[in-house]
Amino acid sequence: MSRAPVATTTPSRGTASGVNADALISLRADMLRFARLQLRNSETAEDMVQEATEAALRHAESFAGNSTLKTWVFAILRNRIIDHLRRAERSVSISSLVADDEDWQDRLETLFNERGQWHDGQQPKPWPNPEESLQSRQFWAVFEACLEHLPANAARVFMMREFLDFESDEICQQLGISVGNCHVILHRARLKLRSCLENHWGPRTEVPC
Amino acid sequence: MLSCKEVTTLCSQEMERPLHWREKILLRLHVMMCSGCTNFRLHMKTLRQTMHMYASGQAVKSDPEPDVKD
Repeated sequence: MSRAPVATTTPSRGTASGVNADALISLRADMLRFARLQLRNSETAEDMVQEATEAALRHAESFAGNSTLKTWVFAILRNRIIDHLRRAERSVSISSLVADDEDWQDRLETLFNERGQWHDGQQPKPWPNPEESLQSRQFWAVFEACLEHLPANAARVFMMREFLDFESDEICQQLGISVGNCHVILHRARLKLRSCLENHWGPRTEVPC
Repeated sequence: MLSCKEVTTLCSQEMERPLHWREKILLRLHVMMCSGCTNFRLHMKTLRQTMHMYASGQAVKSDPEPDVKD
């Protein structure tokens, strides 16, 4: 069961620096979505967000105000998730990580011909103006949806690498896989994420077949 | 000469470790002549940049969930 946000129980806490319960409550939905993507477990995600919110209130005085509140709070959440993952038992077996993606060969065959060249129409297209896209609500909605559509284990490794900033070595150690496997899984995740973004947000030009 | 399939693997590895000089040369030779792989390589960098923004909570708040099937 999820607990009520701690912030509602301590409404009077807060500082002049801008850390207050209302501000934290408004970030809660984003934090939860964030944590769920990484942990793939709603209850643990709730717990992490709860802990991060409590920590933010407890250490409100250390918020210097030279980053946005959101950036500061997300840094706290990120550290909580990292701690949690480091404490957690290895929960993913090697075989399930590598076998995660049974349709991988099929996918490669739809992208590349037998000589390893892009099939016609599958060549990556230039993406329009990335800086502008990063300011677009629609872009981020597509991006999150694409992350959520990654197979669970590929997503976990990819998020550990790109979101939590673990080095490959540490990911291998934690998940008990080889560096080679780790790179293969990351490559698969990137190929999928790239195709998903291009198909749902990229250039809208018709692709000649 | 590397195939596009091999080059995409190198583009991903490039995000993980420094490439050997031989890999660098083969990669450069290929992307000089292949716009698909040139774009792919750029996209890998854009993905990392995007994830960094996302991780620091800089994503523009997105309420509607688009229907994405992949």
